Amino acid sequence: MAQIALKEIAHSYIANPKDESDYALKRIHSEWEDGGAYALLGPSGCGKTTLLNVISGLLTPSQGRVFYDGNDVTGLPPEKRNIAQVFQFPVLYDTMSVFNNLAFPLRNRGIQESEVKKRVLEVAEILELTPFLKKRAAGLTADAKQKISLGRGLVRSDVAAILFDEPLTVIDPHLKWHLRRKLKEVHDQLKLTLIYVTHDQVEALTFADQVMVMYEGELVQSGTPQELYESPQHKFVGFFIGSPGMNFLTCTLEGNTARVDGAGIMLDDEVAALGQKAQGKLELGIRPMFLEVHAQSVEGSIPARVKAVADQGSFKILTIDLAGHTLRARLTEGQAVPQNEAWLRFPTRWTKLFAGGRLVSK
Amino acid sequence: MEKWENNKAWFLVLPVFIIVAFSSILPIMTVVNYSIQDIWGPGQSIFVGTEWYEEMLADHRLHDALWRQFLFSGLVLLIEMPLGILLALAMPKRGWGVSASLVTMSLPLLIPWNTIGTIWIIFTRPDIGLFGAAVNQLVEFDHTARPLDAWITLMLMEVWHWTPLVTLLAYAGLRAIPEAYYQAAKIDGASTWSTFWYIQLPKMRGVLTIAFLLRFMDSFLIYAEPFVLTGGGPGNSTTFLSIYLVKIALLQFDLGPGGAFSLIYFVIVLLFSYMFYQALQRVGKGEKV
Repeated sequence: MAQIALKEIAHSYIANPKDESDYALKRIHSEWEDGGAYALLGPSGCGKTTLLNVISGLLTPSQGRVFYDGNDVTGLPPEKRNIAQVFQFPVLYDTMSVFNNLAFPLRNRGIQESEVKKRVLEVAEILELTPFLKKRAAGLTADAKQKISLGRGLVRSDVAAILFDEPLTVIDPHLKWHLRRKLKEVHDQLKLTLIYVTHDQVEALTFADQVMVMYEGELVQSGTPQELYESPQHKFVGFFIGSPGMNFLTCTLEGNTARVDGAGIMLDDEVAALGQKAQGKLELGIRPMFLEVHAQSVEGSIPARVKAVADQGSFKILTIDLAGHTLRARLTEGQAVPQNEAWLRFPTRWTKLFAGGRLVSK
Repeated sequence: MEKWENNKAWFLVLPVFIIVAFSSILPIMTVVNYSIQDIWGPGQSIFVGTEWYEEMLADHRLHDALWRQFLFSGLVLLIEMPLGILLALAMPKRGWGVSASLVTMSLPLLIPWNTIGTIWIIFTRPDIGLFGAAVNQLVEFDHTARPLDAWITLMLMEVWHWTPLVTLLAYAGLRAIPEAYYQAAKIDGASTWSTFWYIQLPKMRGVLTIAFLLRFMDSFLIYAEPFVLTGGGPGNSTTFLSIYLVKIALLQFDLGPGGAFSLIYFVIVLLFSYMFYQALQRVGKGEKV
């Protein structure tokens, strides 16, 4: 087990990178606590897997250092880092039995056969693989195979962290839930550092204590699922997390009022003051859940038009037109749904200001 | 699901049956026809039953040729399979070297078979051949006079000619292994040997089965190269089944014994290919863990 620190990591797959866009990873600076469950969330091609390979040692970064428990391991190969990795699709040794698959990493390290047996049986018990131990790994179902891949990491008592690279991609939907719960259990039981790469926000938010959102080679925010939802530090986080994502409106500032094509929306005084000084394009952001929709005019509300209502069961998603901008609002069951004419209110607490894509905050 | 009888379905098989009839059944039946008759002129023949089969099965020259053939095919497989895999492992995986080595590897496969025999005759001639002259500086070497030298020359030619096929197939198999397997092996601390034994070899099983069967069948049926290089000699030392068969059927024009011989030959190849295929499939399915 170990605490992992990344210091100013950057990586490019091109031999002589010239500008920013040549880098798959740009300035990653982050610390991962011992025993934490982390999710690395981001769209395809944002550098998640590259970062994972830098941590595991399959890739040596172009710049920066990697530390395990304060020791510099940047130059060490994966087998010297005591790391385990579970890949997108199950990687097994087809010709071996399940037992031999699980024993393989231990035998390669010259561990005594009696100890090997003890460890393998323990891990098989945790992962519910005991009945399959004598079977050949090749004939098993995808979820059992993925458990074996995980097991090969767990058998090593000295494993520093287990890295998962979208491990549920090939698993049937009804088994995904089961396997995710199993992972949670393993984490609670063994207190290992787990790093889980995914582009699925549901997986990330249910699995991890800390979610790190990546976008175009940068870590744009890391925090608890709630922090990511309530105060996205970057426009991308607002857009990527939540369904539907955050609403964004281009605006200008007049005192503490944001102007969106004539409509005025009140902002927090301090935020507005900071916004005056900020560089880049100004945008308002609000979660569909926090946008209030009223049938009659209330104090501080602005008129808009309801274009469509989509019933999602326990809630409704409204598509609203505000001075030519399309907004979405989420109404819980029982709330009155205005027809055509509607009045929108932007609660100051949930109305965020972004400058050049980044949150303006106190 | 319930099954029902519908004999009209047989018509769908008819086109395939006609094609197969013309391509294999009819030619084979002609041979069967020869093998059960004694023919001594056009329209002059007599039914002899299994006489030719009995004669050929008892023919000690056929036995000798058969053992020679097994020895030859055995050596071919023993040398070409491991060598082919080794070469494939040593080939570059990216960059300009890939195309360069692929083209170099393919060259022997592009040369007509009887030309190969001619190339090697000249190459190994003791007076003007590069190889022959060079070796004769050290030891006496002449494939036209000494059986062992003839075998060595034949094996060299065969290995040079056909190992590239095994290499190309093995290389294709190796390239198809996803990178994650190598990464997992690294993380698990596997040695180069275990990576080969537990990942590369099992993943190449499919292509290696094909390579094995192709090399067995082709080497068991080999004709053009030894015919050009040694003509079956010196003596009968390199007279393989095909060379002996041609001698009987076309040079002595014994169509009856030739027909019987052909069918025996055919059955042997079929039988061994089937046995090898079954054995290799079983290894793959892992009935022996």
